[in-house]
Amino acid sequence: MRLSPDEMIFWQHGFFKLNATIVFTWGLMLVLALGSRLITRKLSIGLKRSRWQNLLEIVVTGIEKQIAEVGLSQPRQYLGFLGTLFLFVAAASLCTVIPGYEPPTGSLSTTVALALCVFVAVPLFGIEEQGVGSYLTSYVKPTFIMLPFNIISEISRTLALAVRLFGNMMSGAMIIGILLTITPFIFPIIMTALGLLTGMVQAYIFSILAAVYIAAATRVHRPRSEPLQHIDA
Amino acid sequence: MDNMTIIAVASIVIAGITTGFGTMGPALAEGRAVATALSSLAQQPDASATITRTLFVGLAMIESTAIYCFVVSMILIFANPFWNHAIAQATGK
Repeated sequence: MRLSPDEMIFWQHGFFKLNATIVFTWGLMLVLALGSRLITRKLSIGLKRSRWQNLLEIVVTGIEKQIAEVGLSQPRQYLGFLGTLFLFVAAASLCTVIPGYEPPTGSLSTTVALALCVFVAVPLFGIEEQGVGSYLTSYVKPTFIMLPFNIISEISRTLALAVRLFGNMMSGAMIIGILLTITPFIFPIIMTALGLLTGMVQAYIFSILAAVYIAAATRVHRPRSEPLQHIDA
Repeated sequence: MDNMTIIAVASIVIAGITTGFGTMGPALAEGRAVATALSSLAQQPDASATITRTLFVGLAMIESTAIYCFVVSMILIFANPFWNHAIAQATGK
């Protein structure tokens, strides 16, 4: 019983091996990058535009609106990072309709890599927005004793991001595999549809959680307002 | 009972118990979350987009604990290091 696409090896030479995770990730990168490049070659500003450009605009403005709703004041700054997270995970799970394809997010290496990107990006955006000193002092708020807990919570929520995505993708693929040996006709199709749904939801969750963490890190702490003046009677 | 039998029995039993108990808590919690979301949707249908989005985010967070239990069960059954070690010892002897 294969636990992850890491075990399907296409080519091996000493230490370097091309397993299914790497090959499918490259395939996804190729499809996404080439597709966008082809569609955005001739952009039109007027009312008449191609269907593909319309599709891309819907996707981009949708993601931008979601990022703004989370609480980030300038969504365009974070659109590249968060939009890529969402599109990669969503495309990885959408392509499960292609036979012979295993989602690369079903391997712990891919999800840990994505979670590490978020782990690095949150302080980066925080420092970019607040400055180094102000960002680091946010770790010792509200008291100094909270410093180790804040650090531990950073690490554990990164781990939770990785394991959540990995568990959802791996369980979907595994359940389909098990059902194929038991009831090979209707049920696996239903489970594939369910896997598609959970894949899209997990893509949304991953990017929204990353947006929430970035919003928490870039929230500029305003100084406490002055106490109200007593009005003498 | 020798080493291999003990490892096998413990892994199988604990894998079953982990999945059994690990899905009960999140199921109860998700039921309560959806019930509260439905009642607040009935009270304020205008905020349905926000409520639905927050509901899904909350459900995913609750679901992740069930996923942790599932991953541990899968590791116990399919990628058990103690079992692999015992097998390696038995075949190496």
